[in-house]
Amino acid sequence: MESTSRTFEDNARKALIDADLRRALTKLGHGFPVKRRMAVERLPEFEGLRDAARAIKEDVLENLDFYLERFEERVVEQGGQVHWCVDAAEANQAVLAICQEAGARTVTKSKSMIGEEIAINEHLEANGITPVETDLGEYIIQLRGEPPSHIIAPAIHLSMDQVTETFRQCHDGLAADRELSEPRDLLEEARAILRQKFLAADVGITGANMLIAETGSVAVVTNEGNADLTMTLPRVHVVIASLEKVVPTLEDATTILRVLARSATGQETSVYTTFASGPRRPGDSDGPEEFHVVLLDNGRGAMLGGDFHDVLRCIRCGACLNHCPVYGTIGGHAYGWVYSGPIGAVLSPGLIGLEEAGHLPNASTLCGKCEEVCPMRIPLPKMLRHWRTRQFDRDLVPPASRAALKGWAFLAKRPALYRAATGLAMRLLGALGRRRGAFRRMPLAGGWTAARDLPAPEGATFMAQWSRRKGARP
Amino acid sequence: MAGQSPHVGLFVTCLVDLMRPSVGFAAVKLLQAAGCAVTVPAAQTCCGQPAYNSGDDEDARAIARRVIAAFEGFDYVVAPSGSCAGTIKVHYPRLFAGDTDMAKRAEDLARRTHELTSFLNDVLQVTDSKAEYRAKVTYHDTCSGLRELAVKTAPRALLGGVKGVELAESGGAETCCGFGGTFCVKYPDISGHMVDAKADDVIASGADVLLGGDLGCLLNIAGRLKRRGAAVGVRHVAEVLAGMTGGPAIGEGEG
Repeated sequence: MESTSRTFEDNARKALIDADLRRALTKLGHGFPVKRRMAVERLPEFEGLRDAARAIKEDVLENLDFYLERFEERVVEQGGQVHWCVDAAEANQAVLAICQEAGARTVTKSKSMIGEEIAINEHLEANGITPVETDLGEYIIQLRGEPPSHIIAPAIHLSMDQVTETFRQCHDGLAADRELSEPRDLLEEARAILRQKFLAADVGITGANMLIAETGSVAVVTNEGNADLTMTLPRVHVVIASLEKVVPTLEDATTILRVLARSATGQETSVYTTFASGPRRPGDSDGPEEFHVVLLDNGRGAMLGGDFHDVLRCIRCGACLNHCPVYGTIGGHAYGWVYSGPIGAVLSPGLIGLEEAGHLPNASTLCGKCEEVCPMRIPLPKMLRHWRTRQFDRDLVPPASRAALKGWAFLAKRPALYRAATGLAMRLLGALGRRRGAFRRMPLAGGWTAARDLPAPEGATFMAQWSRRKGARP
Repeated sequence: MAGQSPHVGLFVTCLVDLMRPSVGFAAVKLLQAAGCAVTVPAAQTCCGQPAYNSGDDEDARAIARRVIAAFEGFDYVVAPSGSCAGTIKVHYPRLFAGDTDMAKRAEDLARRTHELTSFLNDVLQVTDSKAEYRAKVTYHDTCSGLRELAVKTAPRALLGGVKGVELAESGGAETCCGFGGTFCVKYPDISGHMVDAKADDVIASGADVLLGGDLGCLLNIAGRLKRRGAAVGVRHVAEVLAGMTGGPAIGEGEG
C-alpha cells in the first residue's frame, strides 16, 4: 500500500474527530487490555514464560541461518518448496509465479501481515488474479478498500453499522431488505459468500505465526478456522512468512503459543491452532497437492546485531497496540502504513524509510507501557529513541525544532547564563500569572494552550531563592 | 557511615526550579527531617531529557557530563521526579556505553540516584510523618517513575502516614497523561485528547486533589482540569508529605 505516514499529523487530526473511530477505540481500550490482565493473572508462570519465549527467539536470531536451512531441508523432504526472497518485489513475483503455474483465477487468503507488507493483493490483481480475504475483519476492509488498522483486529476501527452498510453495497444479488441488524446476520452472510470462494479457489495463501525448523511445519493460529480452509481446500498452499518467524522445535512453538493469545486477546489459546507440514501425502484424505513457503527478508537480515535486533523477536500479538495510549487515541490508520502502534513506529522507518515514516517514532510519549506488556520483552521505547537519534544525526528534524533545541541546550550547558535568563523570565511570568494562577494563552505555546491552561510559575526560581537563603544563613 | 547523616545532593529538576520551587523546598524539608544533610549543587540546570528524547545525543551527553561532575561525592542524589531520576539512573549509563571511564562514573551516579518518595520509603524507610492533610486524594503514577524505577508503593505508603489523607484510586492511574516532554509540543492535538481522558479519569475517582511525583505530568493535568473548570486541585506529592500545602495548588491563583 501507498504510505501516508508523511501526513501523520493530518491523519491523526482526522482520526480525532471521527466519531465511529472514537467509539471503537474506547471499546478496544476496555476490551483486550482487561482480558489480557485476567489471562495473565490466571497463569502464575506467565512472566517465566515470557523469559522462556524471549530466550527461544534470541537463540533463533543468533543461529538464524542454521534454523532456516534446517527448516528448508524438512520442507523439501516432505515434498514442499522454499522460495528465498530478498525483498517485496521478489516475494510478490514468487507468489505470482506459483499462482500462474497453477493456472489460478482466484486465490483465497488468510490474514497475513507479510501479505500487507509486500502488498500481495495489489500485485495479484494487477496480474488478473482475484485474491479473496477470508478472515472476517480482513474481508470487510478488503470490500471497503482499506488497509488494516490493527495487527490482529484489522477492522477494529469500524462500527457494526458501517459493516452492515458495506455488505449491502458490496454483496450483489441478495434481497435489499434482508435482516442485517445482528452480528450473527453479518457473520452468516459473510460465511455463505466465503464458502463459495473457498471452494472455487485454485491457490490458498496463508501467513505463518511460526515456522518449525525440526519438522518443516508452519503454525497458524486463527479464531475463525479460515486459515484451515484456505490451506486445505485449494490445490496449492502458499505460505508467506518473514524469516524471523522460524523457531527450533514444536516444544518451542508451544511455549510461544502460550504467551501469544494471552498477550493478544486474553484468550488462553486461539480457537484454531494448526500445524501444516508439506503437501498431501499418499493416503491423506485432504490437503494441497503443492506446498510452498515464500520466505521474505526485506531488510530483516541486516537488522541482526544492530540497534533494532530485538524487534525481530516480535510475534505480532498486537499487545503494544492494545495498550498504547497514543494508538488508543488515534487508531491504526493515522500511522499511514501497514504496521501501526509502537511496533509500527519501530518497524516502518526501517521498511519504508525514515524520511517517509519520520513522524512515527516521535509520536510517542515513551511511557513504556508497550515494553511492559510485550510478551517478548522488546525494548520498544529504546528503539523509538534510536530512530530519533538517527533523525537528528541525519538532519531530518524540522529546522525550527532543531534551532529551539539547540538554543535550549546552549543555555542548559551554561548554568550562570541559564539562571540569569530563566530567573528573569520566571519572575516576569510569575508576576503576570500570580493572580489567576494560570494562563489561557501564551505566545509560542499555542499547542499547549489549545487544550489546557498553562500553570503560572511561582515566581523566583528555586535556585535563586536557595542561594539567597544560603546567603542569609551560611 | 553509621551515626553520620547521609549527605544528599538534591537534583532540583528544571521544572521544579522554574515552575514550582516550593516542591524543591518540600523535598529539602523531607530529606532534612529524615536526617539527611542536603546540598544543592549550583552547577545543575536540567538532566538533559529534552535533548535525549529528541535524538540530540551529543547535547544530552554534554549535559549529562555536567550533572555527573556536579553530583560526584554525595552519598545519594535525590530528585523530586521519576522522570529525571530515571534519566540519570537508566539512561546516563546507556549514553556513555562506548566510553569506559564515563560509563563507570555514570553507573556510579546511577547507583546513588533515587526518586524522592522511593528514597524516603525504600532507602531511608521513613514511616512517621508529622504532616496532616484532610483531603480525598487520587494518585497518578507517572510513567518513567512507574516503569523505569518501579515507583508504585512508595508514595502510597508515605501518604498512608499522613493524617487525614483518604486515597481514592482511579482506574487509569497508570495510564500516560499525554505530556511526554516534547511530545505535547510536537503533537498537541493527540496530547490534548490524552490529557482530557486523564482528566475524565481523575474526576471519576471523586478525589478533591490529584497527587503525583512529576511536575511535567502535573502541569499538564492541572492545566486541563483548570481549562475544564473542574474542582480538582493538583499538587506534587512532596508538598503533602512535607505539610506544605498552604499555598495555591498547581495552576490555582492567589486572588
